[in-house]
Amino acid sequence: MSDATTSGRLAHHFESLEQQHESALLGMWAFLAQEVMFFGGLFTCYVVYRNLYHDAFVEGSHHLDVFLGTVNTAVLIGSSLTIALGVRSAQLGRPRATAGFIGATIALALVFFGIKSVEYWAKYEHGLIPGLAWHPEPGASPQLGIFFGLYFVMTGMHALHMLIGLGLMVVVGWRALRGRYGPDNFIGVEVLGLYWHFVDLVWIFLFPLLYLLGRHAH
Amino acid sequence: MFEDFSFFPEAASTVAGRVDAIYLFLVVVTIFFVGLISAALLIFSVRYRRGRGHAPEQVHGSIALEILWSAIPLLIVLFVFGWSAKVFFDVRTVPTEGMEVFVTGKQWMWKLQHPTGHREINSLHVPKGQAVILTMTSEDVIHDFYVPAFRVKQDVVPGMYSQLWFEATKTGTYHLFCAEYCGTKHSQMIGEIVVLEPAAYEAWLAGNPAGRNPVEAGKVLFENLRCATCHAAGSGQRGPDLAGRFGEQVRMRDGQTVIFDENYARQSILEPKSHIVAGFEELMPTYEGQVSEDEILQLIAYIKSLSTGDEEPK
Amino acid sequence: MSVPGAATARTAEPSNYLNAEYSIKSWFLTLDHKRIGLLYLAGLTFFFTLGGLFAVLIRLELLTPEGDLFQSETYNKLFTMHGIFMVFFFLLPSIPAVLGNFFLPLMIGARDLAFPKLNLLSWYIYMVGGLFTLYAMVAGGVDTGWTFYTPYSSVYANSHVIAAALGIFISGFSSILTGVNFIATIHTMRAPGLTWFRMPLFVWAHYATSLIMVLGTPVIAITIVLVAIERLFGVGIFDPAKGGDPILFQHLFWFYSHPAVYIMILPGMGVISEIVACFSRKRIFGYHIIAMSSLAIAVLGFLVWGHHMFVSGQSIYAGILFSLLSMLVAIPSAIKVFNWTATLYRGSIRFDTPMLYTLGFIGLFTIGGLTGIFLASLAVDVHVHDTYFIVAHFHYVMVGGMVMAYLGGLHFYWPKMFGRLYPETLAKIAAVMIFVGFNLTFFPQFLLGYLGMPRRYHAYPEEFQVLNVLSTAGASILGLGFALPMGYLIWSLFRGKPAGNNPWGASGLEWQTQSPPISHNFDEVPIVTEEAYAYDTLRPPAAASPEQEEVLHV
Repeated sequence: MSDATTSGRLAHHFESLEQQHESALLGMWAFLAQEVMFFGGLFTCYVVYRNLYHDAFVEGSHHLDVFLGTVNTAVLIGSSLTIALGVRSAQLGRPRATAGFIGATIALALVFFGIKSVEYWAKYEHGLIPGLAWHPEPGASPQLGIFFGLYFVMTGMHALHMLIGLGLMVVVGWRALRGRYGPDNFIGVEVLGLYWHFVDLVWIFLFPLLYLLGRHAH
Repeated sequence: MFEDFSFFPEAASTVAGRVDAIYLFLVVVTIFFVGLISAALLIFSVRYRRGRGHAPEQVHGSIALEILWSAIPLLIVLFVFGWSAKVFFDVRTVPTEGMEVFVTGKQWMWKLQHPTGHREINSLHVPKGQAVILTMTSEDVIHDFYVPAFRVKQDVVPGMYSQLWFEATKTGTYHLFCAEYCGTKHSQMIGEIVVLEPAAYEAWLAGNPAGRNPVEAGKVLFENLRCATCHAAGSGQRGPDLAGRFGEQVRMRDGQTVIFDENYARQSILEPKSHIVAGFEELMPTYEGQVSEDEILQLIAYIKSLSTGDEEPK
Repeated sequence: MSVPGAATARTAEPSNYLNAEYSIKSWFLTLDHKRIGLLYLAGLTFFFTLGGLFAVLIRLELLTPEGDLFQSETYNKLFTMHGIFMVFFFLLPSIPAVLGNFFLPLMIGARDLAFPKLNLLSWYIYMVGGLFTLYAMVAGGVDTGWTFYTPYSSVYANSHVIAAALGIFISGFSSILTGVNFIATIHTMRAPGLTWFRMPLFVWAHYATSLIMVLGTPVIAITIVLVAIERLFGVGIFDPAKGGDPILFQHLFWFYSHPAVYIMILPGMGVISEIVACFSRKRIFGYHIIAMSSLAIAVLGFLVWGHHMFVSGQSIYAGILFSLLSMLVAIPSAIKVFNWTATLYRGSIRFDTPMLYTLGFIGLFTIGGLTGIFLASLAVDVHVHDTYFIVAHFHYVMVGGMVMAYLGGLHFYWPKMFGRLYPETLAKIAAVMIFVGFNLTFFPQFLLGYLGMPRRYHAYPEEFQVLNVLSTAGASILGLGFALPMGYLIWSLFRGKPAGNNPWGASGLEWQTQSPPISHNFDEVPIVTEEAYAYDTLRPPAAASPEQEEVLHV
């Protein structure tokens, strides 16, 4: 452990930076496996009820704003790009660029939240939030509530993951500014990037399932 | 408290003996293996205890032994699997002929209705030697209809029908338990199954006032709710004719086929939109909230009678 | 195996992880896996005592058939809280969180787990989850059963379901993070020379357990969140009145909760493998097979959840498939039992307390496992499902298996954890009492179950009383048996004789450092040159005096 410690970034219980790096990476992958199962439970519910109540789900999709959804998808994919550039800057040892790209990712995430709030607010005004403001038009499918229940749980859980990601980005961005990462030690940024890509990926599944599927039917 | 004590439950149905046979076989297997392992532990513990002062012999393992003690349990469990799957299949396959009883579970009572229209609460009189088919649903949470002496049990789930059948072989009074936890008075959701000789059963029927039987009651409902306006033959065919359709495959507008069974009938009454028969429009309103679980069962009994022809059992 | 420098003799009161620092902060903000293990030990003991207390009250109520001690509502809350505390706050964390945390790094020659901060966070998450559940209890209790079946839990129950559900949801993340930590640690932090097939079976068992923790727990987390949301907002996902499917909840619930059963037993099997080898002074019989059977159990565990639902209304064919898959679990379980038994053959067996627990475990787990076959056979399960037969079966596995292994492990590792010995005779008496009490408590319940007594019954028909009285009598012995170790183990912390570094003459890296271990575990990274359980190259401890300082061959 002699030379590696010189960077001062090696935790006491690791032998080398490579080992530390490998652990963190593996840990994050294991955590993401957990996330897949977490959202998997929700996707199972979605598939079951979509099969049972096809019409209600098609009807539900028509209440969602595809335009805003598409913009949000683009925003989120953009944020995946900026975080990837952030990881690259960290690898190249450019702390200011790293912090800058993380800042850009934060900004894009905030845009996403802004648009999402507009959508949520519209649902509130139309009375499409089960339990809080639920007065769908007469003649609506009786199972529309299940669609919107799943919509809010799925997008809500996704938003919660983004919030956690935001918190992490503030911390990692700050540490990047203080020069805590370098070419031999950028695992913090890399792991954050992995997490953010996963959050992005969840949305890539949510968007077509909730907004697009079945829209061609009517 | 020792009066009724026994180690083995009474066996009073056609399947009870078959279930007990598997059980006893498994008991023997269990005793054999527990005996084998305990004996080995005991003998090794005594023979190879440290006090005897011999050096331990390092053995790494034995592939032959591993294969042997994987294969033997495998064969046993496969045998048990096949045997019990066969019995299970018979227990769950409802016979075509039998006395049909409707069961509604609610917190915390059982409501039962005979085909003759006799109603009972928390007790059911049945004749010996005849298959009894229960069609069951719940008004609130999940319950479970369990008669230990018959070795049968089936969850009673709100929003759908489940079926259970048995044929009693011994007269007597047997426990009926709710076996799925259903809230505060779960342990009081109990009752009894009274098995009578067929003649005694007839006498019991005769000695108790019968309400309208389910088919008749269903017919009245069918008229009062004006179902016939659309669903009778030759009425301009706004809805499919129901006569002779029960138990058949029905083709839907979206190309799927569905079996016309109790659950299908129930769903069509409560959520008509969910299945539209090919050739018809979405016209039917929902009857959700207008008919109780009991009434749906009566409607179904009537609809079934349109297909089986035994309209008036009397 | 050689560990340069690690086992050199030290003068009195050498520095160790216990006396390194004394401040409260040094405990509550510690990053040392050993101290975190002890924090868990404290939390677990608290919840176990609480759950045990509920069990005592349940057994007291069932002494008479009338249900005259408590009201139905109270009784229902008692068995619910017993189940929730025992399953989620004792059994699931038990061995992994205490012994796993403490010994996994030691066994693989690492200085700590891969993520010490995450490890501390897991403990806090566990405690916060526990506090939520405690709140639910104090505020009036929960009466849904630990299984939270819908629509009872989501619509009909009038108790504090949301708080309890949140507690379970939160504590789930403690499990997940522990699993992530173990997986990363086992993969990347093994000492030089410690190849996968040189790892102790304890480590293998924890690896398999971690896989289930990581892949299973999130499913119950989201399921339980859906129940809470359903209660709060009436969405209807599990409510048949709104088009929801209550059976879907059961699928999601058991998809986790069946594998969770293996979270509760696999680590116990790991402990048993260590103890059997040590007290027979032999290599474990069939090392590779035992290691692989742990993984087989973990994988099969994800494919058998439907066997909880044979009478739920699931299709006949689904039932048959799940029955077949469940039968297969018998094979890896049987393999383990046979291999442990074969390990004794031609050994040099000593009967110290840990070994007594181990022999008890093998016998009781055999019964627990074989009665599992009754439940996997469809026709028999239809009759015994949701009766006391089930209750007896899972207590044989959970208490007869896991708790015996936990106590065995605690007694085995206690001298290493605290450097002190407990009073051996008293410990042996306790072990025998627990074994006897346990059997008397739960064996009659098999008979009750086949007679048809449903579980979760507050009052019952009179003919079931004899067996219930026997069961309650057994429970009182069992309760005393559990109280004893709590007493003498605490006593031993202050008054116990010094244990020496390796009182049992055990192999394994954890025994080659000092007792209690130094803060960073090893002065120098050990290098492993041999397989686990190389008892042929280890000298046995001086006969019958474990107190004596063991001089290791270095």
